[in-house]
Amino acid sequence: MSERVAVRKTYKLFIGGKFPRSESGRSYLVQSSNVSLASRKDARDAVVAARAAVKGWAGATAYNRGQILYRAAEMLEGRREQFVALGIPGDEVDAAVDRWVWYAGWADKIAQVYGGANPVAGPYFNLSAPEPTGVVAVVAPERPALLGLVSVIAPAIVSGNTVVVAASPTEPLAAVTLAEVLATSDLPGGVVNILTGAITETAPTLASHLDVNAIDLTGVTDATLATDLEVKAAENLKRVLRPAPGDHDWFAGPGLARMTTLLETKTVWHPKGV
Amino acid sequence: MTATTTSARSELSELGRSETALRTFLHGLPGVDQVGAEQRAAQLGTRSIKTTAKAQAIDLAIRMVDLTTLEGADTPGKVRALAAKALRPDPADPSCPHVGAVCVYPAMVPHVAEVLRGSAVHLASVATAFPSGQAPLEIKLADTRAAVAAGADEIDMVINRGAFLAGRYQEVYDEIVATKEACGDAHLKVILETGELATYDNVRRASWLAMLAGGDFVKTSTGKVPVAATMPVTLVMLEAVRDFRAATGRQVGVKPAGGIKTTKDAIKYLVMVNETVGPDWLDPDWFRFGASSLLNDLLMQRTKLTTGTYSGPDYFTLD
Amino acid sequence: MFEYAPAPESRSVVDLKPSYGLFVDGEFVDPADGGSLKSINPASEEVLAEVAEAGSADVERAVRAARKAYDKVWGPMPGRDRAKYLYRIARLIQERSRELAVLESLDNGKPIRESRDVDLPLVAAHFFYYAGWADKLEHAGFGADPKPIGVAAQVIPWNFPLLMLAWKIAPALAAGNTVVLKPAETTPLTALLFAEICQQADLPAGVVNILTGAGDTGRALVEHPGVDKVAFTGSTEVGRAIARSVAGTRKKLTVELGGKAANIVFDDAPVDQAVEGIVNGIFFNQGHVCCAGSRLLVQENVADRVLESLKRRMAQLRVGDPLDKNTDVGAINSAAQLERIRELSDAGSAEGAERWSPPCELPDRGFWFAPTIFTGVTQAHRIAREEIFGPVLSVLTFRTPAEAVEKANNTPYGLSAGIWTDKGSRILWMADRLRAGVIWANTFNKFDPTSPFGGYKESGYGREGGRHGLEGYLNV
Repeated sequence: MSERVAVRKTYKLFIGGKFPRSESGRSYLVQSSNVSLASRKDARDAVVAARAAVKGWAGATAYNRGQILYRAAEMLEGRREQFVALGIPGDEVDAAVDRWVWYAGWADKIAQVYGGANPVAGPYFNLSAPEPTGVVAVVAPERPALLGLVSVIAPAIVSGNTVVVAASPTEPLAAVTLAEVLATSDLPGGVVNILTGAITETAPTLASHLDVNAIDLTGVTDATLATDLEVKAAENLKRVLRPAPGDHDWFAGPGLARMTTLLETKTVWHPKGV
Repeated sequence: MTATTTSARSELSELGRSETALRTFLHGLPGVDQVGAEQRAAQLGTRSIKTTAKAQAIDLAIRMVDLTTLEGADTPGKVRALAAKALRPDPADPSCPHVGAVCVYPAMVPHVAEVLRGSAVHLASVATAFPSGQAPLEIKLADTRAAVAAGADEIDMVINRGAFLAGRYQEVYDEIVATKEACGDAHLKVILETGELATYDNVRRASWLAMLAGGDFVKTSTGKVPVAATMPVTLVMLEAVRDFRAATGRQVGVKPAGGIKTTKDAIKYLVMVNETVGPDWLDPDWFRFGASSLLNDLLMQRTKLTTGTYSGPDYFTLD
Repeated sequence: MFEYAPAPESRSVVDLKPSYGLFVDGEFVDPADGGSLKSINPASEEVLAEVAEAGSADVERAVRAARKAYDKVWGPMPGRDRAKYLYRIARLIQERSRELAVLESLDNGKPIRESRDVDLPLVAAHFFYYAGWADKLEHAGFGADPKPIGVAAQVIPWNFPLLMLAWKIAPALAAGNTVVLKPAETTPLTALLFAEICQQADLPAGVVNILTGAGDTGRALVEHPGVDKVAFTGSTEVGRAIARSVAGTRKKLTVELGGKAANIVFDDAPVDQAVEGIVNGIFFNQGHVCCAGSRLLVQENVADRVLESLKRRMAQLRVGDPLDKNTDVGAINSAAQLERIRELSDAGSAEGAERWSPPCELPDRGFWFAPTIFTGVTQAHRIAREEIFGPVLSVLTFRTPAEAVEKANNTPYGLSAGIWTDKGSRILWMADRLRAGVIWANTFNKFDPTSPFGGYKESGYGREGGRHGLEGYLNV
């Protein structure tokens, strides 16, 4: 009796809740698989999908976003072995699930911690509340492939942003697998979009795209490229999240800065009178 | 008057025929934001009126004073002295204008009439069971007729605030119409008692109600409740008479009363009139101050401007 | 007619020197290269004083002084002592507010009524507010032991010279940073008087340094490698250039830039207050306000009525001598700005919008522009898209709340917006959807030190004011 022939998986992009191949038809061999090599056009398509998803996602109740993110954590936990099979250490998968759960809980709390009433000197109601900035481009860290990825996606989307992620070019399989997790949770299509391939190809397109509101350069290790992306981002005054200098301990508690950098503070005034 | 204002006027005159129509109209008026209205009034109060402008404003303010006494202790002697002062506020200076009117209780009207006879100073009488208005309509109308018969050419009536606050606009309207009729040729000033109306929205509605019913003036207060005339309340009333004239072509006067004691205050009001409704209202026929002690301050400031020296209360009559 | 006699504020309270040096390391010094520029009174074109133009050597000297002060004095100083210096400054500003207000009006052209009643009280309040934060930073929500950033380079505009200085310096110092501030080329004088106030407060040398100059000075300052933080308020164009220049550095950047705010009036608005709000929104400070309500979106079914009221109200605006206490609209700050306002207004006419101004006599000398509205404007017009930064209002109409939101948001800017309606739920619905950092509902152009201010999109990032205003000056 011959051994069963396995059904192999095709690793594709994740755009607008669907898994298309690169419109360029290109792929590259990495981690023993052919992975889509996203083009500039794919990056632009991903921005369109992300923009289309902003209204619904930012407009959902914070409770609802928290529930959906928690659901995603449940799905992630369920796929633990699949990530381990990709070579991700078990403790990293565990940390990634925990990280996701931690952020899920922030959905209906960040506004309370980061906003509030302002005691202005006059007969006015005055309240500051954070809002998502919109579409965020994220260059995910090379590694840790899963924990790093989760740690940059979750803080962006928890507040209502949508993201276009340039996944780790050297370890993209965790990203595509995470996309499969997200596709089977209740996350609306387009909230998270994942591009695999060369950062040098996708990131400049995202950095210069005028319909992108912010860019997270965490995964950009080349200083010249980082500067170039930042210069491009200046064109429409994107909010820029720069990588912290030195090696980052992804297992340490992340703090609030990743969330707050991608928030706008809106302050509303109204007179108090009869 | 244009064709539009004529038709608007006839449409508006229909409103008094139905409680529902009145309510719909009054509640359809634009709201007043309290904070915004008070800020605008305060801003107008920061105008700096000096030298020639101040002299002009003081004389105008004197001519706009309804020199008032409304006390239980008023006597014929007291009101005669007041009337004499109304005619010649500053006996030492013949260039000083006379005031707009003397304002007294109906019982005092004959005594004032004797003094004012033949002068251009008007004689105003409060009426309609002033200040509460809490009397049967026949009594209020008799009150009015008596005052006119005794020589008053201006009647300061009070609206029925209880009915207004209870939403019985028709009742308030009908009383004003009836009082206007009882006035005959006398001018009717309608006191809203804004201190009891509590909101600027109510002040605007009551102003319109009074104008729709035929009032010649809208007046803020009786002076008998804690809150009398204020700048923002008067601002809201000025906006109402401005809008009413734009809609109907008929001009209605405004009289803030109570609490205006200094020249500085009076000038702030004049600035507000000037910049809200314009020069058409800068005339004693269209704007009055209901006041008593204001006059002496105006006279002292007037003397200061003409002589360069500050005067003191001992130099002006106490009446 | 009731004509107001002239009521000029006395300028004798201001003691102007013929020329001023740079304020570096606690002293007024001559610039290294001896360059200078003249600051003029825009209402008369008279030269008020000559001020130094700082070159790169001066920038070097100032940044070094700020670094030394940061390392040796201000950084190590307990927060409660920093607080006391800031309280001192706040009090000195209150004590000298008449002098500062007159000088501000002289140098900027804004009416004394505004510099006296708006700018100066807010300046003092801002220092007073942030003084109290200096010893409470651990409670500000940025971690248990938040640290300052270091040396802050701050470049401010000419529209609110002293107020923008306060917005920059007060939080920076409260958080423990030292600063090098460059006031605008056309309005340097109150910043120099502020330098005197720092001396009077015995503020340690080098904590505040003031470098006067033009664009080159500003560029040299923000590009200086010794700077840790850059804060800029001004045009989006310059903000973009600064964002590019800090790319690849570790400098923390906050920018507060242009705007094209929609002021949205519904048919159930409290109309008299709305008209005041429209006037205050666009004619306050000659419209030289980044958050000015420069696009009036009025519901079509009340447009005629609102415009009629607006025109009547505009006819009451008193344009003229900024030092006259009854002036509502003062002088345009500079010939260059006047030229820009004229160019865009002419474009408005050329593109078919209908232009209206109340009759008003403008003085012969100085830079003046009558309050102006354009009706029949569409989203495609330049005057509906570009920031004019002058007393020019573009009027557009809408039919439904959704259309109002769509038009209001249809701009690369996102600094502020106004909503006028008596319906509470509609205010909140609109406020949720408007993409702007400050929403004024049934009011406009209100400011307070406790209230964060700043924009979405190309209006910049970071917030000034309130607890949020500390974030840009802390290492978080």
